[in-house]
Amino acid sequence: MATDGDKLITTDVQTSSTGRIERPDETVVASQQLDVYYGDEQALDDVSMEIPENKVTAIIGPSGCGKSTFLRCVNRMNDQIDACRIEGGLRFHGKDVYDDDVDPVALRRKIGMVFQKPNPFPKSIYDNVAYGLRVQGKADDVDLDDAVEEALRGAALWDEVKDQLDSSGLDLSGGQQQRLCIARAIATDPEVILMDEPTSALDPVAASKIEDLIADLVEEYTVLIVTHNMQQAARISDKTAVFLTGGELVEFDNTNKIFENPEHDRVEDYITGKFG
Amino acid sequence: MSLDTETSGEADDEALFTEIDLGWEHLKNRIFLGIIFAASMFGVVMLALLLFDIITDFYVGMTEFNISMGDFLTRDGSRREELSGFRGAIVASIMLMVLTAILSFFVGVGSAIYLEEYAPDNRVTRLIEANLANLAGVPSIVYGLLALAAFVNGVGMGPILLAGAIALALLVMPIIIVSTQEALRAVPDGVRNGSYATGATKWQTIRKVVLPAAMPGIMTGTILALARAIGETAPLIMVGALFTNRMPFGPLDRFSAMPTQIYNWANEPSQHFIHLAATGIVVLLAFMFAMNGIAIYLRNRYETEV
Repeated sequence: MATDGDKLITTDVQTSSTGRIERPDETVVASQQLDVYYGDEQALDDVSMEIPENKVTAIIGPSGCGKSTFLRCVNRMNDQIDACRIEGGLRFHGKDVYDDDVDPVALRRKIGMVFQKPNPFPKSIYDNVAYGLRVQGKADDVDLDDAVEEALRGAALWDEVKDQLDSSGLDLSGGQQQRLCIARAIATDPEVILMDEPTSALDPVAASKIEDLIADLVEEYTVLIVTHNMQQAARISDKTAVFLTGGELVEFDNTNKIFENPEHDRVEDYITGKFG
Repeated sequence: MSLDTETSGEADDEALFTEIDLGWEHLKNRIFLGIIFAASMFGVVMLALLLFDIITDFYVGMTEFNISMGDFLTRDGSRREELSGFRGAIVASIMLMVLTAILSFFVGVGSAIYLEEYAPDNRVTRLIEANLANLAGVPSIVYGLLALAAFVNGVGMGPILLAGAIALALLVMPIIIVSTQEALRAVPDGVRNGSYATGATKWQTIRKVVLPAAMPGIMTGTILALARAIGETAPLIMVGALFTNRMPFGPLDRFSAMPTQIYNWANEPSQHFIHLAATGIVVLLAFMFAMNGIAIYLRNRYETEV
Protein backbone atom coordinates (compact mmCIF):
# COMPACT_ATOMS: atom_id res chain seq x y z
CA MET A 1 0.00 0.00 0.00
CA ALA A 2 1.24 3.48 -0.79
CA THR A 3 2.18 5.85 1.99
CA ASP A 4 -0.33 8.36 0.68
CA GLY A 5 -3.04 5.83 1.30
CA ASP A 6 -1.89 5.48 4.88
CA LYS A 7 -2.07 9.20 5.39
CA LEU A 8 -5.56 9.35 3.92
CA ILE A 9 -6.79 6.81 6.39
CA THR A 10 -5.05 8.63 9.21
CA THR A 11 -6.85 11.84 8.36
CA ASP A 12 -10.11 9.95 8.14
CA VAL A 13 -9.70 8.79 11.69
CA GLN A 14 -9.61 12.32 12.94
CA THR A 15 -12.66 13.36 10.98
CA SER A 16 -14.57 10.24 11.76
CA SER A 17 -14.34 10.69 15.52
CA THR A 18 -16.03 14.06 15.13
CA GLY A 19 -17.76 14.11 11.77
CA ARG A 20 -18.83 10.44 11.56
CA ILE A 21 -17.68 9.95 7.99
CA GLU A 22 -17.87 6.29 7.06
CA ARG A 23 -15.10 4.69 5.03
CA PRO A 24 -14.25 1.06 4.51
CA ASP A 25 -11.29 0.32 6.75
CA GLU A 26 -8.39 -2.02 6.37
CA THR A 27 -8.83 -4.86 8.84
CA VAL A 28 -5.73 -5.71 10.86
CA VAL A 29 -7.01 -8.22 13.39
CA ALA A 30 -10.08 -10.33 12.83
CA SER A 31 -11.59 -13.03 14.99
CA GLN A 32 -13.90 -15.65 13.54
CA GLN A 33 -16.18 -17.68 15.80
CA LEU A 34 -13.56 -17.54 18.50
CA ASP A 35 -14.19 -19.75 21.51
CA VAL A 36 -11.85 -19.80 24.48
CA TYR A 37 -12.02 -22.19 27.39
CA TYR A 38 -10.16 -22.21 30.69
CA GLY A 39 -10.44 -25.87 31.58
CA ASP A 40 -14.17 -26.57 31.45
CA GLU A 41 -15.16 -22.94 31.74
CA GLN A 42 -15.96 -21.04 28.59
CA ALA A 43 -14.49 -17.55 28.60
CA LEU A 44 -15.34 -16.45 25.06
CA ASP A 45 -18.33 -17.63 23.09
CA ASP A 46 -18.38 -17.36 19.32
CA VAL A 47 -16.73 -13.96 19.06
CA SER A 48 -16.36 -12.51 15.56
CA MET A 49 -15.09 -9.00 15.10
CA GLU A 50 -12.87 -7.05 12.74
CA ILE A 51 -10.50 -4.48 14.13
CA PRO A 52 -9.71 -1.63 11.72
CA GLU A 53 -6.27 -0.20 11.11
CA ASN A 54 -5.15 3.08 12.71
CA LYS A 55 -8.20 3.36 14.87
CA VAL A 56 -8.89 2.99 18.55
CA THR A 57 -11.13 0.03 19.19
CA ALA A 58 -12.44 -0.22 22.73
CA ILE A 59 -13.71 -3.36 24.40
CA ILE A 60 -16.06 -2.76 27.30
CA GLY A 61 -18.12 -5.03 29.47
CA PRO A 62 -18.63 -6.17 33.04
CA SER A 63 -15.99 -8.06 35.02
CA GLY A 64 -15.44 -11.62 33.88
CA CYS A 65 -17.00 -11.07 30.46
CA GLY A 66 -13.83 -12.19 28.67
CA LYS A 67 -12.62 -8.85 27.34
CA SER A 68 -9.09 -9.30 28.67
CA THR A 69 -9.14 -12.87 27.45
CA PHE A 70 -9.88 -11.65 23.94
CA LEU A 71 -7.03 -9.17 24.12
CA ARG A 72 -4.60 -11.81 25.31
CA CYS A 73 -5.64 -14.10 22.45
CA VAL A 74 -4.48 -11.55 19.91
CA ASN A 75 -0.80 -11.72 20.90
CA ARG A 76 -1.09 -15.26 22.25
CA MET A 77 -0.28 -14.30 25.82
CA ASN A 78 -2.84 -16.95 26.76
CA ASP A 79 -0.25 -19.51 25.66
CA GLN A 80 1.27 -18.98 29.12
CA ILE A 81 -1.81 -20.50 30.71
CA ASP A 82 -1.80 -24.30 30.47
CA ALA A 83 -5.53 -24.78 30.93
CA CYS A 84 -6.40 -22.33 28.15
CA ARG A 85 -7.86 -23.83 24.97
CA ILE A 86 -8.73 -21.85 21.86
CA GLU A 87 -11.07 -22.75 19.00
CA GLY A 88 -12.01 -20.78 15.94
CA GLY A 89 -9.93 -18.31 14.04
CA LEU A 90 -7.96 -15.25 14.97
CA ARG A 91 -6.34 -13.59 12.01
CA PHE A 92 -3.64 -10.94 11.84
CA HIS A 93 -3.48 -9.55 8.30
CA GLY A 94 -5.38 -12.64 7.19
CA LYS A 95 -2.94 -15.10 8.76
CA ASP A 96 -4.31 -17.27 11.54
CA VAL A 97 -2.04 -16.57 14.50
CA TYR A 98 -2.79 -20.00 15.96
CA ASP A 99 -1.44 -21.80 12.90
CA ASP A 100 1.38 -24.21 13.68
CA ASP A 101 3.91 -22.20 11.69
CA VAL A 102 3.30 -18.98 13.63
CA ASP A 103 5.88 -18.37 16.35
CA PRO A 104 4.21 -16.44 19.17
CA VAL A 105 7.48 -14.61 19.83
CA ALA A 106 7.48 -13.31 16.26
CA LEU A 107 3.81 -12.39 16.57
CA ARG A 108 4.47 -10.35 19.71
CA ARG A 109 7.17 -8.42 17.89
CA LYS A 110 4.42 -7.05 15.66
CA ILE A 111 1.79 -6.68 18.37
CA GLY A 112 2.86 -4.79 21.47
CA MET A 113 1.04 -4.78 24.77
CA VAL A 114 0.50 -2.50 27.76
CA PHE A 115 -0.81 -4.05 30.95
CA GLN A 116 -3.23 -2.99 33.63
CA LYS A 117 -0.59 -2.65 36.30
CA PRO A 118 2.50 -0.74 35.17
CA ASN A 119 5.24 -3.36 34.95
CA PRO A 120 8.56 -1.68 34.15
CA PHE A 121 11.59 -3.92 34.50
CA PRO A 122 13.84 -3.34 37.51
CA LYS A 123 16.31 -1.64 35.18
CA SER A 124 17.15 1.91 34.21
CA ILE A 125 14.65 3.96 32.21
CA TYR A 126 16.98 3.75 29.22
CA ASP A 127 17.32 -0.03 29.45
CA ASN A 128 13.58 -0.44 29.82
CA VAL A 129 12.93 1.33 26.54
CA ALA A 130 15.89 -0.26 24.76
CA TYR A 131 14.88 -3.74 25.96
CA GLY A 132 12.65 -4.59 23.02
CA LEU A 133 15.21 -3.46 20.45
CA ARG A 134 17.90 -5.47 22.21
CA VAL A 135 15.97 -8.72 22.52
CA GLN A 136 14.74 -8.40 18.96
CA GLY A 137 18.30 -7.97 17.71
CA LYS A 138 17.59 -4.50 16.30
CA ALA A 139 19.86 -2.63 18.70
CA ASP A 140 22.81 -2.71 16.31
CA ASP A 141 20.83 -1.52 13.29
CA VAL A 142 19.61 1.71 14.83
CA ASP A 143 21.09 4.50 16.89
CA LEU A 144 19.89 3.24 20.25
CA ASP A 145 20.03 6.66 21.93
CA ASP A 146 17.86 8.16 19.18
CA ALA A 147 15.43 5.26 19.28
CA VAL A 148 15.05 5.55 23.04
CA GLU A 149 14.49 9.29 22.80
CA GLU A 150 11.96 8.86 20.03
CA ALA A 151 10.00 6.24 21.95
CA LEU A 152 10.01 8.33 25.12
CA ARG A 153 8.85 11.37 23.13
CA GLY A 154 6.14 9.20 21.57
CA ALA A 155 5.00 8.24 25.03
CA ALA A 156 5.05 11.91 26.17
CA LEU A 157 7.61 11.08 28.84
CA TRP A 158 10.86 12.46 27.39
CA ASP A 159 10.69 15.91 28.97
CA GLU A 160 10.10 14.43 32.41
CA VAL A 161 12.89 11.84 32.36
CA LYS A 162 15.55 13.09 29.91
CA ASP A 163 17.89 14.01 32.78
CA GLN A 164 17.50 10.73 34.66
CA LEU A 165 17.67 8.05 31.99
CA ASP A 166 20.05 6.03 34.16
CA SER A 167 17.80 5.93 37.21
CA SER A 168 15.54 2.97 37.80
CA GLY A 169 12.21 2.79 36.03
CA LEU A 170 10.72 1.81 39.38
CA ASP A 171 11.54 5.25 40.82
CA LEU A 172 8.93 6.88 38.57
CA SER A 173 5.35 7.59 39.63
CA GLY A 174 2.61 5.17 38.60
CA GLY A 175 1.48 7.28 35.65
CA GLN A 176 5.07 7.77 34.47
CA GLN A 177 5.70 4.04 34.82
CA GLN A 178 2.71 3.32 32.61
CA ARG A 179 3.96 5.78 29.99
CA LEU A 180 7.38 4.13 30.27
CA CYS A 181 5.66 0.82 29.49
CA ILE A 182 4.01 2.45 26.48
CA ALA A 183 7.42 3.75 25.37
CA ARG A 184 8.78 0.22 25.77
CA ALA A 185 5.95 -1.13 23.63
CA ILE A 186 6.30 1.42 20.82
CA ALA A 187 10.13 1.44 20.76
CA THR A 188 10.16 -1.63 18.51
CA ASP A 189 7.55 -0.08 16.23
CA PRO A 190 4.81 -2.76 16.33
CA GLU A 191 1.70 -2.48 14.17
CA VAL A 192 -0.87 -3.04 16.88
CA ILE A 193 -0.81 -1.99 20.52
CA LEU A 194 -3.00 -3.90 22.93
CA MET A 195 -3.92 -2.11 26.13
CA ASP A 196 -5.45 -4.00 29.01
CA GLU A 197 -7.16 -1.40 31.23
CA PRO A 198 -4.06 0.79 31.10
CA THR A 199 -5.45 3.55 33.31
CA SER A 200 -7.36 1.61 35.94
CA ALA A 201 -4.41 1.66 38.35
CA LEU A 202 -3.79 5.39 37.85
CA ASP A 203 -5.15 8.62 39.30
CA PRO A 204 -7.40 10.75 37.04
CA VAL A 205 -4.67 13.20 35.99
CA ALA A 206 -2.28 10.42 34.99
CA ALA A 207 -5.16 8.61 33.28
CA SER A 208 -6.06 11.63 31.18
CA LYS A 209 -2.43 11.93 30.06
CA ILE A 210 -2.58 8.34 28.85
CA GLU A 211 -5.85 9.05 27.06
CA ASP A 212 -4.30 12.02 25.27
CA LEU A 213 -1.39 9.80 24.37
CA ILE A 214 -3.66 7.15 22.87
CA ALA A 215 -5.20 9.79 20.62
CA ASP A 216 -1.70 10.53 19.31
CA LEU A 217 -0.65 6.89 19.05
CA VAL A 218 -3.48 6.01 16.73
CA GLU A 219 -1.90 8.07 13.96
CA GLU A 220 0.78 5.40 13.66
CA TYR A 221 -0.61 2.36 15.39
CA THR A 222 -3.78 0.35 15.63
CA VAL A 223 -4.92 0.47 19.24
CA LEU A 224 -7.11 -2.15 20.86
CA ILE A 225 -8.00 -1.15 24.39
CA VAL A 226 -9.91 -2.96 27.10
CA THR A 227 -11.47 -0.64 29.62
CA HIS A 228 -13.78 -0.76 32.60
CA ASN A 229 -14.52 2.88 32.18
CA MET A 230 -17.35 3.56 29.74
CA GLN A 231 -16.70 7.30 29.64
CA GLN A 232 -13.15 6.53 28.65
CA ALA A 233 -14.32 4.30 25.82
CA ALA A 234 -16.70 7.01 24.66
CA ARG A 235 -13.97 9.65 24.80
CA ILE A 236 -11.12 7.90 23.05
CA SER A 237 -12.40 5.14 20.81
CA ASP A 238 -13.62 5.05 17.25
CA LYS A 239 -15.26 1.68 17.54
CA THR A 240 -16.58 -0.08 20.60
CA ALA A 241 -17.25 -3.73 21.26
CA VAL A 242 -19.54 -4.64 24.14
CA PHE A 243 -18.94 -8.02 25.74
CA LEU A 244 -21.50 -9.26 28.22
CA THR A 245 -21.50 -12.07 30.74
CA GLY A 246 -20.72 -15.45 29.27
CA GLY A 247 -18.00 -14.19 26.96
CA GLU A 248 -20.42 -13.13 24.29
CA LEU A 249 -19.80 -10.21 21.94
CA VAL A 250 -23.21 -8.58 21.95
CA GLU A 251 -22.61 -5.53 19.83
CA PHE A 252 -19.72 -4.07 17.88
CA ASP A 253 -20.15 -0.79 16.08
CA ASN A 254 -19.01 2.80 15.86
CA THR A 255 -18.60 4.24 19.33
CA ASN A 256 -21.21 6.96 18.83
CA LYS A 257 -23.76 4.42 17.70
CA ILE A 258 -23.08 2.18 20.70
CA PHE A 259 -23.43 4.99 23.19
CA GLU A 260 -26.30 6.85 21.55
CA ASN A 261 -28.44 4.25 19.94
CA PRO A 262 -27.41 0.64 20.59
CA GLU A 263 -29.26 -2.12 18.78
CA HIS A 264 -29.59 -4.39 21.78
CA ASP A 265 -31.54 -3.65 24.93
CA ARG A 266 -28.92 -5.51 26.98
CA VAL A 267 -26.24 -3.16 25.70
CA GLU A 268 -28.38 -0.14 26.46
CA ASP A 269 -29.03 -1.48 29.96
CA TYR A 270 -25.32 -1.95 30.49
CA ILE A 271 -24.37 1.47 29.12
CA THR A 272 -26.99 3.26 31.17
CA GLY A 273 -25.84 1.44 34.26
CA LYS A 274 -28.90 -0.74 34.80
CA PHE A 275 -26.65 -3.75 35.29
CA GLY A 276 -23.03 -4.75 35.25
CA MET B 1 -30.88 15.61 94.61
CA SER B 2 -32.51 17.20 91.64
CA LEU B 3 -30.50 16.89 88.51
CA ASP B 4 -30.85 18.72 85.22
CA THR B 5 -30.59 16.70 82.06
CA GLU B 6 -26.92 17.46 81.52
CA THR B 7 -25.66 16.21 84.87
CA SER B 8 -27.90 13.19 84.73
CA GLY B 9 -26.31 12.45 81.36
CA GLU B 10 -22.88 12.55 82.99
CA ALA B 11 -24.00 10.22 85.68
CA ASP B 12 -25.16 7.80 83.01
CA ASP B 13 -21.77 8.05 81.32
CA GLU B 14 -20.01 7.06 84.48
CA ALA B 15 -22.24 4.06 84.87
CA LEU B 16 -22.05 3.15 81.19
CA PHE B 17 -19.10 0.72 81.32
CA THR B 18 -18.97 -0.16 84.99
CA GLU B 19 -20.65 -3.52 84.58
CA ILE B 20 -17.96 -4.65 82.14
CA ASP B 21 -15.02 -6.04 84.12
CA LEU B 22 -12.04 -6.61 81.88
CA GLY B 23 -9.41 -6.81 84.62
CA TRP B 24 -8.93 -10.58 84.33
CA GLU B 25 -8.86 -10.48 80.50
CA HIS B 26 -6.20 -7.77 80.49
CA LEU B 27 -4.18 -9.73 83.04
CA LYS B 28 -4.30 -12.79 80.77
CA ASN B 29 -3.05 -10.62 77.89
CA ARG B 30 -0.12 -9.43 79.97
CA ILE B 31 0.75 -12.93 81.17
CA PHE B 32 0.71 -14.28 77.62
CA LEU B 33 2.82 -11.38 76.40
CA GLY B 34 5.33 -12.09 79.16
CA ILE B 35 5.57 -15.75 78.21
CA ILE B 36 6.10 -15.20 74.50
CA PHE B 37 8.59 -12.41 75.16
CA ALA B 38 10.57 -14.73 77.43
CA ALA B 39 10.45 -17.39 74.70
CA SER B 40 11.83 -15.00 72.12
CA MET B 41 14.55 -13.79 74.47
CA PHE B 42 15.61 -17.38 75.22
CA GLY B 43 17.67 -17.68 72.03
CA VAL B 44 19.29 -14.29 72.57
CA VAL B 45 20.27 -15.19 76.12
CA MET B 46 21.68 -18.55 75.03
CA LEU B 47 23.75 -16.91 72.29
CA ALA B 48 25.01 -14.34 74.79
CA LEU B 49 25.99 -17.11 77.24
CA LEU B 50 27.77 -19.02 74.49
CA LEU B 51 29.66 -15.94 73.36
CA PHE B 52 30.52 -15.07 76.95
CA ASP B 53 31.91 -18.57 77.54
CA ILE B 54 34.01 -18.49 74.38
CA ILE B 55 35.23 -14.95 74.96
CA THR B 56 36.36 -15.83 78.51
CA ASP B 57 38.28 -18.86 77.23
CA PHE B 58 39.67 -16.70 74.44
CA TYR B 59 40.71 -14.02 76.95
CA VAL B 60 42.31 -16.54 79.29
CA GLY B 61 44.15 -18.05 76.33
CA MET B 62 45.49 -14.65 75.30
CA THR B 63 46.62 -13.72 78.83
CA GLU B 64 47.57 -16.91 80.70
CA PHE B 65 48.75 -19.03 77.77
CA ASN B 66 50.26 -16.13 75.87
CA ILE B 67 48.50 -17.03 72.62
CA SER B 68 49.42 -14.26 70.24
CA MET B 69 46.79 -13.49 67.59
CA GLY B 70 49.54 -12.66 65.11
CA ASP B 71 51.26 -16.02 65.54
CA PHE B 72 47.91 -17.81 65.67
CA LEU B 73 46.92 -16.50 62.25
CA THR B 74 50.31 -17.02 60.59
CA ARG B 75 51.32 -20.47 61.86
CA ASP B 76 50.07 -23.83 60.80
CA GLY B 77 48.92 -26.51 63.19
CA SER B 78 51.52 -28.37 65.17
CA ARG B 79 51.83 -31.17 67.69
CA ARG B 80 53.56 -28.67 69.93
CA GLU B 81 50.93 -26.48 71.48
CA GLU B 82 53.07 -23.33 71.78
CA LEU B 83 53.90 -23.48 68.05
CA SER B 84 50.38 -24.28 66.90
CA GLY B 85 48.44 -21.87 64.70
CA PHE B 86 45.32 -21.65 62.58
CA ARG B 87 46.65 -20.52 59.19
CA GLY B 88 46.37 -23.87 57.44
CA ALA B 89 42.83 -24.33 58.68
CA ILE B 90 41.77 -20.84 57.60
CA VAL B 91 43.26 -21.33 54.14
CA ALA B 92 41.64 -24.77 53.89
CA SER B 93 38.25 -23.36 54.88
CA ILE B 94 38.46 -20.52 52.37
CA MET B 95 39.45 -22.94 49.60
CA LEU B 96 36.60 -25.22 50.67
CA MET B 97 34.13 -22.35 50.46
CA VAL B 98 35.30 -21.31 47.01
CA LEU B 99 35.16 -24.90 45.69
CA THR B 100 31.82 -25.56 47.38
CA ALA B 101 30.39 -22.36 45.90
CA ILE B 102 31.58 -23.29 42.40
CA LEU B 103 30.31 -26.86 42.66
CA SER B 104 26.91 -26.03 44.16
CA PHE B 105 26.00 -22.62 42.72
CA PHE B 106 25.56 -23.44 39.05
CA VAL B 107 23.90 -26.80 39.59
CA GLY B 108 21.69 -25.37 42.34
CA VAL B 109 20.64 -22.23 40.48
CA GLY B 110 20.22 -24.21 37.27
CA SER B 111 17.87 -26.73 38.80
CA ALA B 112 15.95 -23.97 40.58
CA ILE B 113 15.43 -22.19 37.25
CA TYR B 114 14.22 -25.42 35.72
CA LEU B 115 11.83 -26.17 38.56
CA GLU B 116 10.46 -22.65 38.83
CA GLU B 117 10.36 -21.46 35.22
CA TYR B 118 10.16 -24.51 33.00
CA ALA B 119 9.02 -27.64 34.82
CA PRO B 120 5.45 -28.68 34.04
CA ASP B 121 3.27 -29.47 37.04
CA ASN B 122 3.45 -33.24 36.76
CA ARG B 123 4.47 -36.25 38.79
CA VAL B 124 8.17 -36.01 37.90
CA THR B 125 8.34 -32.40 39.06
CA ARG B 126 6.57 -33.20 42.29
CA LEU B 127 8.98 -36.10 42.82
CA ILE B 128 11.95 -33.75 42.39
CA GLU B 129 10.42 -31.21 44.78
CA ALA B 130 9.73 -33.87 47.43
CA ASN B 131 13.21 -35.27 46.96
CA LEU B 132 14.63 -31.78 47.46
CA ALA B 133 12.78 -31.33 50.74
CA ASN B 134 14.13 -34.70 51.89
CA LEU B 135 17.67 -33.86 50.82
CA ALA B 136 17.53 -30.64 52.84
CA GLY B 137 16.69 -32.72 55.90
CA VAL B 138 19.41 -35.34 55.51
CA PRO B 139 21.90 -35.19 58.43
CA SER B 140 25.18 -33.69 57.32
CA ILE B 141 27.18 -36.75 58.41
CA VAL B 142 25.35 -38.78 55.75
CA TYR B 143 26.78 -36.50 53.07
CA GLY B 144 30.17 -37.13 54.63
CA LEU B 145 29.59 -40.89 54.42
CA LEU B 146 28.51 -40.53 50.80
CA ALA B 147 31.63 -38.57 49.91
CA LEU B 148 33.76 -41.09 51.81
CA ALA B 149 32.24 -44.06 50.03
CA ALA B 150 31.92 -42.57 46.56
CA PHE B 151 34.89 -40.23 46.21
CA VAL B 152 37.50 -40.79 48.92
CA ASN B 153 37.41 -44.59 48.59
CA GLY B 154 35.24 -45.24 45.53
CA VAL B 155 37.05 -43.07 43.03
CA GLY B 156 40.17 -43.24 45.14
CA MET B 157 40.64 -39.53 45.71
CA GLY B 158 41.85 -39.96 49.25
CA PRO B 159 41.02 -37.51 52.05
CA ILE B 160 41.65 -34.43 49.94
CA LEU B 161 40.12 -30.99 49.97
CA LEU B 162 38.11 -31.61 46.79
CA ALA B 163 36.34 -34.56 48.43
CA GLY B 164 35.41 -32.33 51.38
CA ALA B 165 34.17 -29.66 49.01
CA ILE B 166 31.98 -32.21 47.20
CA ALA B 167 30.44 -33.31 50.52
CA LEU B 168 29.74 -29.70 51.49
CA ALA B 169 28.41 -28.87 48.02
CA LEU B 170 25.92 -31.74 48.26
CA LEU B 171 24.97 -30.49 51.69
CA VAL B 172 24.24 -26.90 50.70
CA MET B 173 22.75 -27.58 47.27
CA PRO B 174 19.17 -28.12 48.49
CA ILE B 175 19.41 -24.88 50.47
CA ILE B 176 20.63 -22.98 47.42
CA ILE B 177 17.90 -24.51 45.25
CA VAL B 178 15.12 -23.63 47.69
CA SER B 179 16.35 -20.07 48.29
CA THR B 180 16.81 -19.53 44.55
CA GLN B 181 13.28 -20.81 43.93
CA GLU B 182 11.99 -18.32 46.48
CA ALA B 183 13.95 -15.49 44.87
CA LEU B 184 12.57 -16.41 41.42
CA ARG B 185 9.05 -16.64 42.80
CA ALA B 186 9.42 -13.15 44.26
CA VAL B 187 9.90 -11.69 40.76
CA PRO B 188 6.40 -10.50 39.80
CA ASP B 189 4.74 -12.23 36.86
CA GLY B 190 3.90 -8.81 35.46
CA VAL B 191 7.58 -8.32 34.69
CA ARG B 192 7.76 -11.66 32.88
CA ASN B 193 4.63 -10.84 30.88
CA GLY B 194 6.05 -7.44 30.02
CA SER B 195 9.11 -9.12 28.59
CA TYR B 196 7.14 -11.70 26.60
CA ALA B 197 4.85 -8.99 25.26
CA THR B 198 7.92 -7.07 24.07
CA GLY B 199 8.81 -10.02 21.87
CA ALA B 200 11.41 -11.70 24.05
CA THR B 201 11.87 -15.46 24.12
CA LYS B 202 11.64 -17.39 27.34
CA TRP B 203 15.39 -17.63 27.76
CA GLN B 204 15.84 -13.91 27.02
CA THR B 205 13.20 -13.17 29.62
CA ILE B 206 14.93 -15.32 32.22
CA ARG B 207 18.44 -14.12 31.45
CA LYS B 208 17.77 -10.42 31.02
CA VAL B 209 14.90 -9.74 33.40
CA VAL B 210 14.14 -12.53 35.85
CA LEU B 211 17.66 -13.54 36.89
CA PRO B 212 18.97 -9.98 37.37
CA ALA B 213 15.91 -9.18 39.48
CA ALA B 214 16.32 -12.35 41.53
CA MET B 215 20.11 -12.17 41.83
CA PRO B 216 20.29 -10.34 45.19
CA GLY B 217 18.01 -12.98 46.70
CA ILE B 218 20.01 -15.79 45.11
CA MET B 219 23.28 -14.32 46.40
CA THR B 220 21.84 -13.88 49.88
CA GLY B 221 20.65 -17.49 49.96
CA THR B 222 23.95 -18.78 48.63
CA ILE B 223 26.04 -16.86 51.16
CA LEU B 224 23.83 -18.00 54.03
CA ALA B 225 24.17 -21.59 52.79
CA LEU B 226 27.96 -21.23 52.62
CA ALA B 227 27.99 -19.68 56.09
CA ARG B 228 26.36 -22.87 57.27
CA ALA B 229 28.83 -25.00 55.34
CA ILE B 230 31.88 -23.26 56.78
CA GLY B 231 30.95 -24.44 60.26
CA GLU B 232 30.11 -28.02 59.26
CA THR B 233 32.34 -30.53 61.03
CA ALA B 234 30.79 -33.97 60.68
CA PRO B 235 31.09 -34.42 56.88
CA LEU B 236 34.71 -33.27 56.95
CA ILE B 237 35.54 -35.71 59.73
CA MET B 238 33.97 -38.49 57.66
CA VAL B 239 36.02 -37.44 54.66
CA GLY B 240 39.10 -37.64 56.84
CA ALA B 241 40.03 -34.02 57.42
CA LEU B 242 41.71 -34.62 60.75
CA PHE B 243 45.24 -34.65 62.11
CA THR B 244 46.55 -32.58 59.21
CA ASN B 245 48.59 -29.58 60.21
CA ARG B 246 49.99 -28.50 56.85
CA MET B 247 48.51 -25.70 54.83
CA PRO B 248 46.85 -27.01 51.65
CA PHE B 249 48.11 -25.53 48.39
CA GLY B 250 45.44 -26.88 46.07
CA PRO B 251 42.22 -28.86 45.95
CA LEU B 252 44.13 -32.15 45.81
CA ASP B 253 45.99 -31.63 49.10
CA ARG B 254 45.07 -33.18 52.41
CA PHE B 255 43.60 -30.63 54.75
CA SER B 256 42.00 -29.79 58.05
CA ALA B 257 39.48 -26.95 57.98
CA MET B 258 38.61 -24.57 60.79
CA PRO B 259 35.87 -26.64 62.45
CA THR B 260 37.84 -29.90 62.27
CA GLN B 261 40.94 -28.21 63.64
CA ILE B 262 38.87 -26.84 66.53
CA TYR B 263 37.38 -30.30 67.09
CA ASN B 264 40.86 -31.76 67.06
CA TRP B 265 42.24 -29.28 69.58
CA ALA B 266 39.23 -29.56 71.84
CA ASN B 267 39.94 -33.28 72.20
CA GLU B 268 43.47 -32.65 73.43
CA PRO B 269 44.09 -33.07 77.16
CA SER B 270 46.29 -29.96 77.38
CA GLN B 271 44.58 -26.77 78.56
CA HIS B 272 46.70 -24.82 76.10
CA PHE B 273 45.06 -26.65 73.18
CA ILE B 274 41.61 -26.05 74.70
CA HIS B 275 42.31 -22.34 74.63
CA LEU B 276 43.66 -22.56 71.12
CA ALA B 277 40.30 -24.11 70.23
CA ALA B 278 38.50 -21.16 71.84
CA THR B 279 40.63 -18.77 69.81
CA GLY B 280 39.82 -20.77 66.69
CA ILE B 281 36.10 -20.55 67.48
CA VAL B 282 36.38 -16.78 67.70
CA VAL B 283 38.00 -16.67 64.25
CA LEU B 284 35.39 -19.06 62.82
CA LEU B 285 32.54 -17.02 64.30
CA ALA B 286 34.09 -13.87 62.86
CA PHE B 287 33.99 -15.49 59.42
CA MET B 288 30.37 -16.57 59.88
CA PHE B 289 29.24 -13.17 61.15
CA ALA B 290 31.03 -11.49 58.25
CA MET B 291 29.26 -13.75 55.73
CA ASN B 292 25.88 -13.23 57.39
CA GLY B 293 26.59 -9.51 57.44
CA ILE B 294 27.23 -9.52 53.69
CA ALA B 295 23.99 -11.45 53.16
CA ILE B 296 21.99 -8.99 55.27
CA TYR B 297 23.62 -6.06 53.49
CA LEU B 298 22.68 -7.50 50.09
CA ARG B 299 19.13 -8.12 51.22
CA ASN B 300 18.66 -4.59 52.57
CA ARG B 301 20.46 -2.99 49.67
CA TYR B 302 18.13 -4.47 47.09
CA GLU B 303 14.88 -5.13 48.96
CA THR B 304 13.23 -1.95 47.66
CA GLU B 305 13.73 -3.12 44.07
CA VAL B 306 10.95 -4.93 42.16
